[in-house]
Amino acid sequence: MLYLVDFSVIKPDAGLIFWTALIFLIFWFTVGKLAFKPIAQALKKREFDIQNALDEAGKARAEMQNLNAENERLITEARAERALLLKEASDTKNEIIAEAKLKAKEEAKKLLEHAKVEIDNQKNAAIAEVKNKVGMMALDIAEKVLRKELKGNKEQEVFVNQLVDDIKLN
Amino acid sequence: MSGMNIKSLLTLVLVVASVSLFAQADNHTDSSHEQAAQSENSHETDNHDDQDAHSTEGHHDECAFHHEQDPENFNPQQIAFHHIADANVYSIGPLQLPLPCILYSKESGWDIFLSNKFEFDRLGHGAGYKAFNRYVLDGGSVKRIADASFPGGSVAIEGFKHKEIVVDGKKKEEAYICYGGNEYKLDAKSTLDGGMFGGGITSFHDFSITKNVTAMILVTLFLMWMFLSIASAYKKREGMAPKGLQGFIEPVFTFMNDEVVEPFLGKKSLTYLPFIMALFFFILGLNLFGQIPFFGGANVTGSLSVTLVLAVITFLVVNFSGKKDYWQHIFWMPGVPAWVKTILTPVEMLGVFIKPLTLMLRLFANITAGHIVIIIFVSLIFIFGKVGTVPAAGYGAAVGSTVLTLFMMSIELLVAFIQAFVFAILTASYIGAAVEEHHH
Repeated sequence: MLYLVDFSVIKPDAGLIFWTALIFLIFWFTVGKLAFKPIAQALKKREFDIQNALDEAGKARAEMQNLNAENERLITEARAERALLLKEASDTKNEIIAEAKLKAKEEAKKLLEHAKVEIDNQKNAAIAEVKNKVGMMALDIAEKVLRKELKGNKEQEVFVNQLVDDIKLN
Repeated sequence: MSGMNIKSLLTLVLVVASVSLFAQADNHTDSSHEQAAQSENSHETDNHDDQDAHSTEGHHDECAFHHEQDPENFNPQQIAFHHIADANVYSIGPLQLPLPCILYSKESGWDIFLSNKFEFDRLGHGAGYKAFNRYVLDGGSVKRIADASFPGGSVAIEGFKHKEIVVDGKKKEEAYICYGGNEYKLDAKSTLDGGMFGGGITSFHDFSITKNVTAMILVTLFLMWMFLSIASAYKKREGMAPKGLQGFIEPVFTFMNDEVVEPFLGKKSLTYLPFIMALFFFILGLNLFGQIPFFGGANVTGSLSVTLVLAVITFLVVNFSGKKDYWQHIFWMPGVPAWVKTILTPVEMLGVFIKPLTLMLRLFANITAGHIVIIIFVSLIFIFGKVGTVPAAGYGAAVGSTVLTLFMMSIELLVAFIQAFVFAILTASYIGAAVEEHHH
């Protein structure tokens, strides 16, 4: 037999009990107070912080979505307004063009009328002048005829005809 | 680079260890023949000297510091019991280191000294060549010479002698030392089992810083350093992600908090968290420390004394935090017919004590069993090799034993965690039941 030892671990030993109790109690109170509790609190706080951060991120995302929707709405509204404005502008343009055309026509008509009146006036003046000139010529002719009458009838007749032809040529 | 160094160091340690083991075995076989011859002589003289009820046998009746091993007397059970026992020396591999002895006897009061006063071999098994103030070191633990006529101070002794006697049909072993031609009976230290497990109050008490106490101090200091530095990391790095040691321990801590403390204790969890965590990490640290090979293998959580303390503290915490509802459920269970209460009350009252008792026994039995199984597996080498006389079989068995031991060690690693966890979760559930407020 190498050693005389029995199953000694099962025998409660006052020395070991004393030291175990002392060491365990010291361990419990110091590490419990200085480490386990602060660690647990720090972990709890961090857990809380992480949850908060996640919640806030979720909220921010929701807000972002709302904002996007609002933007979308504004853009569509702006587009519609632009379309409306463009349409109005083109309408106004057409109106203006139409009015301008109308005015131009009227103006042209007036001008034509003026021109006609002028032309008539000129014509009448010209006719009056022609009449005057014909009268003058007739008088001339008559004068000349009268002077020729003194020379012969036949010759008078040729002469008058020649005069008449002259008038026609004019 | 460092990996290489560690590997070569490990190889060196293993080679040294195995060489020294086999060298020892060889020595044993060399000298066992002489010893056998000697023992036959002394056997006869002994028989002539005292022919009383003592049934003496084999090497028991010779005075020696080293009892030789041979295939007949190789007893793995004794080796296992020696290795799981507490000791007054600390062994790292084959190296024996002295520890402080704090001893008290009614006759001579307190004796405080370092156990190298016994002059044991540095590479031995803790047999002291000298007695000091009537104390001797036998098999690593201090014993006391009961006879008051033995001189005090430092005295060289001639050897130890172990006898097996039968008292009331039970085998009991007695130890003696030889000095000046006389044999002096040795007292083992006092134990508190009241003779139930073969111990009892003897002539002295041992309050030494033993191997187990040393292991406990080392582990506790390590845990304190670790947790205090982690706690300061939480303070310094507040709001930042965990790092290093902090990140290593945090999952374990969080697991224990979320799976053990919170579910059972709810709102009161912060009050009891330090206790549950202290229990868990104390037990886990000691379980794991005891499994480091060649480092003493201190069987701390496999000592009933240690688990007893933890169980008693748990018992006190549970019952001192017991609320009105807890005591009402023990003594007068509400909502149950009166005749049932007469059965239930004694059962519940027993339960108050059985709960910590099972805590104590479960941890003790699991850890001790693990240590014993590993020692027995290693002993297989010496059983098959017939203690060095058949080296080839020994080498063969070494291969199988290594595989078995590795397997067992990995299981023990698991057991170390499981038992610490089980102790903690049961304690949490007992406290939870004690502080719970029922609404009927």
